[in-house]
Amino acid sequence: MASHNPSGTRTLHLILAWGFVGIPLVWGVLQTLRNAVKLFH
Amino acid sequence: MRPLSFLDRDRTVAGPGFNRWMVPPAALCVHLCIGQAYAFSVFNLPMTRLLGVTGSAHGDWKLTDLGWIFTLAIFFLGVSAAVFGRWVEEGGPRRAMFAAALCFGGGFLISAAGVYAHQIWVIYIGYGVLGGIGLGVGYIAPVSTLIKWFPDRPGMATGLAIMGFGGGALIASPLSVWLMARFSTPTHVGVAETFIVLGVVYFIFMMVGAAIVRIPAPGWRPQGWSPPAQQPRLVTSANVYVYRALRTPQFWLIWWVLCLNVTAGIGVLGQASAMSQEMFPGKVGAVAAAGFVGLMSLFNMAGRFLWASASDAIGRKNTYFCFFILGTILYALVPSTGRVGSVGLFVLFFLIIISMYGGGFSTLPAYLRDMFGTRYVGAIHGLLLTAWSAAGVFGPVLVNYIRAYEIAHGVPKADAYNATMYLMAGLLVVGFFCNLFVRPVHARHHMPSVQGEATLLAR
Repeated sequence: MASHNPSGTRTLHLILAWGFVGIPLVWGVLQTLRNAVKLFH
Repeated sequence: MRPLSFLDRDRTVAGPGFNRWMVPPAALCVHLCIGQAYAFSVFNLPMTRLLGVTGSAHGDWKLTDLGWIFTLAIFFLGVSAAVFGRWVEEGGPRRAMFAAALCFGGGFLISAAGVYAHQIWVIYIGYGVLGGIGLGVGYIAPVSTLIKWFPDRPGMATGLAIMGFGGGALIASPLSVWLMARFSTPTHVGVAETFIVLGVVYFIFMMVGAAIVRIPAPGWRPQGWSPPAQQPRLVTSANVYVYRALRTPQFWLIWWVLCLNVTAGIGVLGQASAMSQEMFPGKVGAVAAAGFVGLMSLFNMAGRFLWASASDAIGRKNTYFCFFILGTILYALVPSTGRVGSVGLFVLFFLIIISMYGGGFSTLPAYLRDMFGTRYVGAIHGLLLTAWSAAGVFGPVLVNYIRAYEIAHGVPKADAYNATMYLMAGLLVVGFFCNLFVRPVHARHHMPSVQGEATLLAR
């Protein structure tokens, strides 16, 4: 399994990599949604 | 040892146990940054009052001057993707990502100097030319790497990366506004400092992508997966050399498929706010229109992932058929939403249309892989992005000029977009037939062997 392979990718690396791109993206989506709800007011 | 040898292609080959799911975040590191280009317009108004601060003063730049920055950047995106495609393909993704980070981050820093000195030509060179080259090289850098890591799901993999290009604007827009607010003072707008911060942050972010990207070892396959014994008719296992692809009808048919799909979407994307307000006077105001534009950005982004992923199941050609058939029907129905006064249907139709606009971009690399093989798919993709540049001119010109013509001939503003909608539907019908005529590439265009490849490269 990859997470136990010392020469391979650890699960922590995967979490860090996805978090690094996922957190800003989710922040951007939330900001956009906050503006978009004005369409329905 | 050469100082930049860590950028070499052979230094990026993955070791045993490397998890391929590390590669999409590497690609997203680049695409989320360069997607900022779609949000560049947030700087336009502040840059018209760099001298006057509270309002435009004598000597301040005009919006028409500033519009050229984005136009230049998109132009150089297409040109650099076409020119540097082979270099990107043969040099590997890390070197290309590094070059893209230098160009894109450096473009911001040069532009900051242009703002300080109040010399617009410095910004044209900085963001427009250098940044545009960063956009083009960065856009194609991870494409073929992803396709090689995900031979079982190439559409989904490239869709993830290209989704990042759509998502980049969602981050850049509020971030830029926030930074300008932080740096502005009663005597200063804060654009230059914002450019410096963005340049540094984007450079670091893209370098993280360059550091973690890997290419698979020769002969690598996903565990438990083997190529299907019988490939679908439109999927080749051979390779076509990048410049040889230009001599195939398939390249030019797909060029028109992309150009027409993008033309239909890009024209309304830029006019969405004005169109919604003019088609529904009294029902849609400026604030609601801004919300509509935001929703379109979200669907543009989501469509890139969802349609490209769907193409793995239904095939690329069928996915484009969906775009052209559904798009034609929806464009033809848009005028009737204005006549019956249904804002909800208008919004729904355009959200679906814009999801297919995004899907057109993200399904393309996998379509090219199916046609021309994996060896030069990134470079061929780069050449085909010239269709985007062409559509960037056709689309807005068509929408703007037809609207102006209609109004000049007495058509009420609420109906001024009807002719455009029918024209867009017509363009999609043409796109349908271009897609229909796409057949497998003839074997005479295939690269003969490894030796044959070496001979071609030596030429």
